[in-house]
Amino acid sequence: MRPVYCISGGVSKFAKARSDKTFQALVKEAVDYAAADLGLDYTKFIELVDGSVASYFSDHFQRQLMSGIMAQDYLGLCPKPSHRVEGGGATGGLCFQEGWKNVASGHMDICLVYGFETMSHVETWKGNEFIALASDVSFDYPVGGFYTGYYAMMVVRHMKEFGTTPEQLAHVSVKNYRNAYHNPYAQKKEKLTIEDVRNAPMIAWPLTRYDVCVMSDGAACALLCSEAGLKKLEKAAGKSLKPVRVTGIGRGTDAMRMADRPHKKVPLLPHEHESDYKDLKYPGVHSFRAGRSAAIQAYQQAGIKNPIEEFDFIELHDAYTSSEIQTYEDLGLCRYGEGGKLATSGKTFMPSVNYGLNLEEKPVCPVNPSGGLIACGHPVGATGLMQACFALWQLQGTIRQHFKDPALQVANAKRGLIHSHAGTGTYVTVSIMEAA
Amino acid sequence: MSKKIKARVEETREGTVLYNVPFPKDLKNLKDLTPIIIKQPYAIDYIHSYGQDSPFFAGLANKRLLGTKCQKCGTVFATPRLACMECGADTDWVELPQEGRIHSFTVCHFGAEAFLHETPYILGLIELEGAHTLFLTRILGLDPDAATLDWVGLKVKARFVRKSQFKPTDVYFVPASL
Repeated sequence: MRPVYCISGGVSKFAKARSDKTFQALVKEAVDYAAADLGLDYTKFIELVDGSVASYFSDHFQRQLMSGIMAQDYLGLCPKPSHRVEGGGATGGLCFQEGWKNVASGHMDICLVYGFETMSHVETWKGNEFIALASDVSFDYPVGGFYTGYYAMMVVRHMKEFGTTPEQLAHVSVKNYRNAYHNPYAQKKEKLTIEDVRNAPMIAWPLTRYDVCVMSDGAACALLCSEAGLKKLEKAAGKSLKPVRVTGIGRGTDAMRMADRPHKKVPLLPHEHESDYKDLKYPGVHSFRAGRSAAIQAYQQAGIKNPIEEFDFIELHDAYTSSEIQTYEDLGLCRYGEGGKLATSGKTFMPSVNYGLNLEEKPVCPVNPSGGLIACGHPVGATGLMQACFALWQLQGTIRQHFKDPALQVANAKRGLIHSHAGTGTYVTVSIMEAA
Repeated sequence: MSKKIKARVEETREGTVLYNVPFPKDLKNLKDLTPIIIKQPYAIDYIHSYGQDSPFFAGLANKRLLGTKCQKCGTVFATPRLACMECGADTDWVELPQEGRIHSFTVCHFGAEAFLHETPYILGLIELEGAHTLFLTRILGLDPDAATLDWVGLKVKARFVRKSQFKPTDVYFVPASL
């Protein structure tokens, strides 16, 4: 395998409805940005790209099949190679890793990965119905299953098993919304208190409106390259560029019906011991085995031994505040059962943002410095690539330039993790990026 | 108590038939046009077969709760699957007990559009004696406005609808004390 670098990216403005543009033009908005950021003329840029991977989740939302090729032709990339990937909420993370494979294998020197979703074509609760179709339509959807309900059942079990509280979940919401205040790409910016989150309308007990991400229209892209590809881009740009290396990728899966999840032993990370989890039946519905599995593979590849100490920041898939807490544990930032405490400790907050909370500890590893899905929005196919783009900018030290605000730049960021997650933890990807 | 007075018209999906749109005299201004947004109706009847899972639904119609058991490793699935998720071997149909405990639950105050009119409703995952996996179902007989973690572990029993719809909602659970 060859070393793979991420060199540029772009994110369209995320909004409830982007009726000003069709999805192809939204993708172009993100790709135009990535090309301009390299200092390249767009025509020269597409000439250098060897091929692409397209990422979008649902054919239902647009009532359009083969949207991928429509983005490809709009971008001016035909007849270069491309394919579409799909894996629910993890679609963007899967796309990033497919691009990595294209470069690592030697198949391409420069690969553009782009993703989008335009969810405004239907009303919110019809949208929830479409997303609920990403659950078993024989056994789960017809009972009245929908995603906030599924995650609510998962966190209720987490609460019962470990004593996690709704107030701990609310800390995640306050953190991510406040962070987003400094991110011009974010769909939502609100200065919330714990009480605001708890007093908001209940969606599925105990998750309120502020525990749940919103639907969006948006697109994002990232440019991946080999060392040879980097040289070609630098030659064309007439300057040296700031590459970030992708040092580890991992993926896991679990059963679609969460009722089918087993109750077994925890697969351990290097810093954990079997005695930590003597009486824990795993994953049940309280944890995401796919996330743990993805972390184990990525950490092995990148040589990570103690994640909270070794990552400078993490952008993880917080479609729900509860899944951020559950993911802390899957990624080994704390032991299983301690996610709630970690959420209120202060360790995952940004040092430069005022949250209006009394936090006992200093930030160690900010989680979702961008505001995450909760505040940025979740245009499904774009989300994992938005994370890649924000992580790239953190590691380049260019957040101030791209956000027009320095508050969210993690000082001296050397290593970051991006995490993408599909419905109830069915597909999960973990990718590790390091300043080169 | 203050009375809540409506100050905003509720948005509906009904549109107006429009036979003409404004158009600039100078074509240079075309990029300034606001987007034209139209309604595209979409309705389908799917022909959905339960395939190898069909006996489960026939069981519900006859007030029997059926799961499957692996021929090789013995794993019992409370939601039937005809291939074992643990070892890949074939499974056989087995009858499951109609009493169990709530493993987890939620109260849905919103839902997919098709179920919005049924809110609030309770969804639960049920532990059944002898089964290694859970069963997703509706729970009735509890007050949706009084959700509490104490419901986890509560003993519940199955009830069946009289006129079977051949849907998983042909069975639901209620507190065993009822």
